[in-house]
Amino acid sequence: MLAFIARRLFQSVIVMLAVAFIAFMVFRYVGDPVSSMLGQDSTLADHEALRERLGLNEPFYVQFFTFVGNALQGQFGISYRLQQPVSQLIMERLPATIELAFASASIALVLGVVLGIYTALRPRAFSTGVIMTASLIGVSLPTFLIGIGLIYVFAVELKVLPSFGRGEVIDLGWWRTGLLTESGLRSLILPAITLSLFQLTLIMRLVRAEMLEVLRTDYVRFARARGLSQRAINFGHALKNTMVPVITITGLQLGSVIAFAIITETVFQWPGVGSLFVNSVAVVDVPVMAAYLVFVALVFVVINLIVDILYFIVDPRLRDGAKSGR
Amino acid sequence: MTDLPHSPEQPVVAAKTSRWKNFLKSDIVWSYRHSPVTIVASIVALVLILMAVFAPWLAPYDPFNPATLNLMDGFTAPNSNSFGGRYFILGTDNQGRDVLSTIMYGSRVSLFVGFSATLFAMVMGVGLGLVAGYLGGIWDAIIMRVADVQLSFPAILIALLIFGVARGLIPPNQQESAAIWVLILAIGLANWAQFARTVRGATMVERQKDYVSAARILGVNPFIILLRHVLPNVMGPVLVIGTIGLALAIIEEATLSYLGVGVPPTQPSLGTLIRIGQQFLFSGEWWILLFPAVTLVLLALSVNLLGDWLRDALNPKLR
Amino acid sequence: MTEPVLSIKDLVVEFPFRNDVFRAVDGVSFDIMPGEVLGVVGESGAGKSMTGSAVIGLIERPGHIAAGEIRLKGERIDNLPEEAKAKLRGRRIGMVFQDPLTSLNPLYTIGEQLIETIRTHLPLNEAEARQKAIDLLSEAGIPKAAERIDSYPHQFSGGMRQRVVIALAIAAEPELIIADEPTSALDVSVQAQIIKVLKKLCANHGAAVMLITHDMGVIAQTADRMVVMHQGRVVETGTVGDIIRRPQEPYTIKLINSIPTIQRQAGDVTPAEAANDDGAYVQVKHLVRDFEIGGGGFLKLLPGKVEMFRAVNDVSFAIEKGKTFGLVGESGSGKSTCAKMIVGLLRPTSGQITVDGHDIWAGGAGHKERRKRVQMIFQDPYASLNPRWRVADIIAEPMRTLGIARNRTEVDHRVAELLTRVRLDPSVMRKFPHEFSGGQRQRIAIARALSSQPEFIVCDEPTSALDVSVQAQVLDLMQELQDEFGLTYLLISHNLAVVRQMSSAVGVLHNGVLVEKGPTDAIFDNPQADYTRMLLDAVPDISRVA
Repeated sequence: MLAFIARRLFQSVIVMLAVAFIAFMVFRYVGDPVSSMLGQDSTLADHEALRERLGLNEPFYVQFFTFVGNALQGQFGISYRLQQPVSQLIMERLPATIELAFASASIALVLGVVLGIYTALRPRAFSTGVIMTASLIGVSLPTFLIGIGLIYVFAVELKVLPSFGRGEVIDLGWWRTGLLTESGLRSLILPAITLSLFQLTLIMRLVRAEMLEVLRTDYVRFARARGLSQRAINFGHALKNTMVPVITITGLQLGSVIAFAIITETVFQWPGVGSLFVNSVAVVDVPVMAAYLVFVALVFVVINLIVDILYFIVDPRLRDGAKSGR
Repeated sequence: MTDLPHSPEQPVVAAKTSRWKNFLKSDIVWSYRHSPVTIVASIVALVLILMAVFAPWLAPYDPFNPATLNLMDGFTAPNSNSFGGRYFILGTDNQGRDVLSTIMYGSRVSLFVGFSATLFAMVMGVGLGLVAGYLGGIWDAIIMRVADVQLSFPAILIALLIFGVARGLIPPNQQESAAIWVLILAIGLANWAQFARTVRGATMVERQKDYVSAARILGVNPFIILLRHVLPNVMGPVLVIGTIGLALAIIEEATLSYLGVGVPPTQPSLGTLIRIGQQFLFSGEWWILLFPAVTLVLLALSVNLLGDWLRDALNPKLR
Repeated sequence: MTEPVLSIKDLVVEFPFRNDVFRAVDGVSFDIMPGEVLGVVGESGAGKSMTGSAVIGLIERPGHIAAGEIRLKGERIDNLPEEAKAKLRGRRIGMVFQDPLTSLNPLYTIGEQLIETIRTHLPLNEAEARQKAIDLLSEAGIPKAAERIDSYPHQFSGGMRQRVVIALAIAAEPELIIADEPTSALDVSVQAQIIKVLKKLCANHGAAVMLITHDMGVIAQTADRMVVMHQGRVVETGTVGDIIRRPQEPYTIKLINSIPTIQRQAGDVTPAEAANDDGAYVQVKHLVRDFEIGGGGFLKLLPGKVEMFRAVNDVSFAIEKGKTFGLVGESGSGKSTCAKMIVGLLRPTSGQITVDGHDIWAGGAGHKERRKRVQMIFQDPYASLNPRWRVADIIAEPMRTLGIARNRTEVDHRVAELLTRVRLDPSVMRKFPHEFSGGQRQRIAIARALSSQPEFIVCDEPTSALDVSVQAQVLDLMQELQDEFGLTYLLISHNLAVVRQMSSAVGVLHNGVLVEKGPTDAIFDNPQADYTRMLLDAVPDISRVA
């Protein structure tokens, strides 16, 4: 077990370094940081002074190590656009994104698994056909369109939910939460639903496909031949075997919720890191772009690690190093 | 036990049937003809594609020629005449552009980007997948690790990043003309991993099969083995992913254009049109948003349905 | 007159397809008496598995019982509603499937699976059920049952797993056990043991057995009576001894005659004198092959020792020109690895292979000589032909690659000639592999092997995937071709009877070591090595009918 974790950690570090390298290349070579920071009327002497201060004349690998060192301490420089430290910007907006991601992931997971199981166990029911068709439409609808549609129906026509923003927030020290106010919760509903729809469709189809696959296996057939009740088979044997691969893929999907939030945050003007990133791409605000990249990579690597460990715990075959024995 | 001579199995006499006739009798065509949903989907897709391809000849107005635009035509409701006296079947936007024409030209851009990006992703993904699956070892490890990492990052993020980087690298005066190609590159690079992973899995399966061993014994060049033996057998799943990938690419392009980082404003795609239309949605001119939106959804949906049908038709287990 | 446990009358099972209906079982009738073992024998497509599925009510959609009756101890069971049928399963009828690896849920311990089954049918509490499970496992021959009950399926070997499966099937004390090819996925030496376990447990618990298999040797040693099926119908019924020694129907006669046996037969190849190793056409000297285990990818970059597994351990033998050498072994013995090295697919770790005086692993020149002389026929007729290529191209590939034939007409001419040689009509060359049966595909594979005009052909289990009657035809063909062209064969097989029939000399492989080699008669009639003796005793053979 320990060897397994060590190996995964080793690979994670390599991945993080690779991403850091790409972020660094972006940071250093896309556009000219000095001109972006100083503006039009600065002199050459000013440029040179800034170059010295930023350490831009140092050799390549020194700059890279400084970058990594700074990154480990959370220092990513200053946003060109907003003239504030990037790390501060990210920390301010992170709670908003996390709350949104959490809410939508919960919806997607619960509904996705339930609907997936239902459609697998009742393949010929009419309701299954309806759900499958709806899911196909769901995959064909871009997220932003769903957001616009929901805003139109609920905010403009019915006027029951707010159409943008986060509502009132309560400051709990370094975390500003919108979950404790009524307007905060009401503002959360539409964005959370929008963000969850794509995930929900994916999870549902995955669970369904896996379960159908499992129900076709020999051990399920043998279980039926032994006289086990259909319920015992469905929820005892089939379900457990389905969840194993579902765990992996769901884990990976959950990570992408944070990135999909980019679109939802834009549509609903939700003040999270996603909308920060979009705005920074539009004006090529490089420090923010680089920092966001590293941040997202970190999230994925951590989630990957957790999923691998979970997989290891759940599947007994992996624990023995897959020795088949003869 | 006495030894009786063993009679050979009856020799098979071949009938001379043409390839086309064999194809028409095949399972695929049968399942196509028996699935009304698929037939409808393919017709819709075909109509939309034709409309986009022949837009310059089919569109009633040229919406991007400033000389023909008249602000008096602006904000005309669908199926009515404008203040300037011209008829617009789907209405006009704030600048007097005919919505139907903008949709036709917009679909053109959307489809061009979508097809090109998917083609790029397919060529890159299939190529790398074949190499990884056949050579195995360190090549496989590297290519698949990269693909794994990339598959965890959603396409939008990758596309946005590449776009941002390109914007920073390309001088401002060339940005407009390069924008479409950057977009195609961005979406293509975001989507290749899925092809690679599928092809690699299929290649690894085929590589174990004895017909590949038979060719290896003869000393056939590995490159030829990949191309003539393995590739025809892994194309099935590639087509399915290609179709679904096309729908995905179209949606990704629309999203990027909606966010303002996609196609330049001079060549609006359906995503750009939706972005424009959103401004007027809440003030009552709903048609500027609705029709481009419906076109986009129809396009993605019909392609997705085709992909779904293709997957079921090509799956031997479900027969 | 005792009442039969199972009584089937005029059973018909149909599968509706797009335009017509396929009858898998077409009017089958037979009875099974209490406590007896009835063998249901037939080749693929005979409908025997389908009959078993019909009895236990597990026919896959869209198949269904279209006519006939099935009675269990006099009561009709085929027309019961699904819930009533489910109650029968496990409690009154048990079933054992072919592959023990996929029959058990990999995520639950065998104890959990056993206890669950026991408690579903019998009113026992957890502790009592656990004790019963342990008793069953011991009875099935699992050592240290009380400890191993908490192990997972993948921690057992194939034979042990099948014992667990049998224990599971009999756990609720059913009156009838249906065993569908229970030994076909197991090694030869294990097959005999499992058959004994099955018989013993069923006898102890008073269950009758419906033993479905294509392997006549298993039937000969196990069953009391047997039913021969062909294309959905019963061809002949009788005691095992009667049918094997005095078959009546033409199909049964043909079937029995096709089955090879490890006893000496007229028509078997004459055994050779001890091969003089140094002048022999094919010489294999001190062949060794190691494989790495575990790790891979990035781990290779880290320093440290990598574990090695020796698949082939100093194997040497020689083959005379124009003769057949049989290499016998179970799975994991290394015979396939040997084949791959001889044919050029896998490089030996050490050792030498010479064909007609040329060392086939000596650089480019060696490869060239090998390609001209050596060819291979594979086991799986479905995987050895590229499904997207036409037969003509498949057969022509060796010719084209080696430059034997140049222009189109010459190639077509030769392909037609080869097809006639393997007794197929030349006009089939425009077709695709999926349009042919297994036996026909194997003929195409033989034609392909011949097209490069080889002198030495390595045959890796060439008939293991074929029905017995088809196997006989293909072996005949191979023999004729050998006589006509003076071909040298290396025949690799786990089937001792086939090896006896075809080879003049034999080598026995066990865990990578050649434990014995010599002329066929010497090895089969007077084995020296313990392993060979054990193997010959364990093989279920048709000549062993009581």
